[in-house]
Amino acid sequence: MSPLLSVRDLRVSFPTRSGTFQAVRGVSFDLGRERLGVVGESGSGKTMTGRAILGLVRPPGRVEAERMALGGESILDLPESRLRRLRGARISMVMQDPRFSLNPVMTVGRQIVEGYRLHTGTSRAQARDKALEMLAAVQIRDPERVFHAYPHEVSGGMGQRIMIAMMLAPDPEILIADEPTSALDVSVRNEVLRILDRLVRERGMGLIFISHDLNLVAQFCDRVLIMYAGRVVEELPARDLHAARHPYTQGLLNSLPRLDRPVDRLAVLQRQQGWRDAPPAGTP
Amino acid sequence: MLTVEDLNVWFGHAPERVDAVGSASFAVGPGESFGLVGESGSGKSTILRAVAGLIDSWSGRIAVAGRPVAGSRRSRGFHKTVQMVFQDPYASLHPRHSVDRVLSETLHLQGMDRIDARITRLLDQVGLGQGFRFRYPHQLSGGQRQRVAIARALAAEPRLLLLDEPTSALDVSVQAEILNLLADIRAERGLSYVLVSHDLAVVAHMCDRLAVMRAGRIVEEMDAASLRAGRAQGDYARALIAASAGYVREA
Amino acid sequence: MTETTRAWLLSDAPQTRRQARLGAIYQGWLTFRANRLAMGGLAILLGLLFVAAFAPWLSPQNPFAQNLAERLKPPSAQHWLGTDALGRDILSRLIHGSRVTLFIVGTVALIAPVIGLFVGTVAGFAGGWVDQVLMRITDIFLAFPKLILALAFVAALGPGIGNAVLALAITSWPPYARLARAETLTIRNADYIAAARLQGAGPLRLLIGHIWPLCVSSLIVRVALDMAGIILSAAGLGFLGLGAQPPMPEWGAMISDGRGYILDFWWVAAMPGMAIFVVSLAFNLLGDGLRDVLDPKGGRE
Repeated sequence: MSPLLSVRDLRVSFPTRSGTFQAVRGVSFDLGRERLGVVGESGSGKTMTGRAILGLVRPPGRVEAERMALGGESILDLPESRLRRLRGARISMVMQDPRFSLNPVMTVGRQIVEGYRLHTGTSRAQARDKALEMLAAVQIRDPERVFHAYPHEVSGGMGQRIMIAMMLAPDPEILIADEPTSALDVSVRNEVLRILDRLVRERGMGLIFISHDLNLVAQFCDRVLIMYAGRVVEELPARDLHAARHPYTQGLLNSLPRLDRPVDRLAVLQRQQGWRDAPPAGTP
Repeated sequence: MLTVEDLNVWFGHAPERVDAVGSASFAVGPGESFGLVGESGSGKSTILRAVAGLIDSWSGRIAVAGRPVAGSRRSRGFHKTVQMVFQDPYASLHPRHSVDRVLSETLHLQGMDRIDARITRLLDQVGLGQGFRFRYPHQLSGGQRQRVAIARALAAEPRLLLLDEPTSALDVSVQAEILNLLADIRAERGLSYVLVSHDLAVVAHMCDRLAVMRAGRIVEEMDAASLRAGRAQGDYARALIAASAGYVREA
Repeated sequence: MTETTRAWLLSDAPQTRRQARLGAIYQGWLTFRANRLAMGGLAILLGLLFVAAFAPWLSPQNPFAQNLAERLKPPSAQHWLGTDALGRDILSRLIHGSRVTLFIVGTVALIAPVIGLFVGTVAGFAGGWVDQVLMRITDIFLAFPKLILALAFVAALGPGIGNAVLALAITSWPPYARLARAETLTIRNADYIAAARLQGAGPLRLLIGHIWPLCVSSLIVRVALDMAGIILSAAGLGFLGLGAQPPMPEWGAMISDGRGYILDFWWVAAMPGMAIFVVSLAFNLLGDGLRDVLDPKGGRE
């Protein structure tokens, strides 16, 4: 089965005063109708990877790749007009904090309707119905009330669910979620993930879940990519995470404090120079 | 070391008054590490700020080393006894002050002598070499800034350290280093800690006892062993422990 | 500059206080230098300084020498910018007038922002009734159009360049006070201020050591951008006869003198006008460049 998204040797670089900074240095992966987790710390390039796929890297940043194809068609170096048609309709993105990604001066309903109409061109009445339908799909109990509410009037968890509703309304093929639950409390987080889980499964979408939380990604996703210094250092099925081979992945796993395993001192990750350039573990 | 009785903290005036903390009571003994856990808005950071003297609008009793405090005025003695480490390493250092300036100003304010030697020793103790002494915050990583913040807190040679989510804004690998550093310092100096966090695993690792907060109130107190065993008495605490176990996929 | 010196300045791990300070200044300079327009502005202003410093040697003729036979002559080899109604060489008057311009700009730039910084930060930091009182005083000054208020002062104090400058300084400080206050209100709640308080820092130390360094950047940028306006206001006062008195070659007064001849002898008013335009533009470009360097928001990680 051909993959939904195919990326080969993606490179993202930014010119700085002291030379070119390479945020992403040759990332390759395929995404099918599955959940792919991309895990890394700050500076690993995981967010830039997501942005590069959506064409959100602005000059002077540069995006290069051997191949970046959505359903067989190349999406690399497309003109902005084509990219606009792509974003939202075929690939959507949910970001970390709904306080910053929802427009504070428009009601929730209006934002969903506007986004939906932009991509499907339906009438306002139809879009309104769709918006209410989506709000109900993300388990918001009173869709009518929330439709007329402003973003600052809803809680963080609800805001994130609204974002999901808005981003999934036009029925995209792929959803990129960049730290979607990092700004949420633990109890709300599981609820949001459950909704995301169900919707992605029902619609047969591909999901790229970008996060710094290795354990969460392992629990939620099918496959995990671990990124370090702009490259993928390990790729493995989520259920095999405990058997990770690359020392960086092992180091990350071991340095987290765990409720069920008390330790005297937390294992500290010793970064090694070789990790920057060695080929990823787990590749044939 | 620290006694808090019937603490109420509010913001604003009626009718828009918001009660951030209601009737909170707990005690921290000398050399003990006490955790305050809760979700956002539970009031845990607010308690810390009220103890530190950063909030004026509170009622109840707060006593540090047996001596009560009032309002937001704190004595010189208080500042020598109690220090605080803040959550956001990017906001806790003045952007125009070098590390050297931060530490020497602190030492100067605390009336310390031999400032130069003390700065050298402080930087060593938090694991920063001398090469960091004259850097500005924008030349430091998040973990390094937090180390500087810890050094600043230790400069006064306090006995009680208030830690407001000290590692929440840091990468996982850096968090381990900072937590180890804090544990080492506490063991060396016999300090008392009050650690605020939303991460139960961090609290279980760092603290002896903890209090669970919800909507401004302390709903339960337990020790770290009970936390690890999941032996909570109240429903909320139980739910919190279950939620932090992570996400369980539906089949 | 040698490669090692450059590396020393750009080093991420300075070893001494001096290295850190010089390094920060050098990095700021590099940011500024990257902006071509700002460098252009700086060049023009350095030129202005040079001209003002060496005016007596640079001006081809005596700016005060009247020669009625040569009055209102167009630009020629003998008088590069022509002569005015009294036969004085315009170029020489412009060159000497640059000193007056610099004096005005320099004095106002030194007085107004300082008053504004003081009033604004004290108001923002103290809050409560101190804030209210200081802001109401600021509002009173802001309620009057700047030029009218300056006119009132000059009329009361008597005409003359010194009084004009004083009047301008007194009426220019309110926007800086508002700016400083706004910055202070933001900074006041930062964790680093709280941390300093927890060390026992008193309000004076917080104000001078912590808050002022952060406000100064935006004030400097604002002052540079306002310089154009100051020059024009001084020119306005000169134009009305309330600033520089004849025969002092102040640029605004020169435009006023040329007012009556503008149709047939355009250069008498146009040349000083061009000079004011060029210097104002230079200050604007400089201010833009400074903003890129000093803006703390831009430097945030």
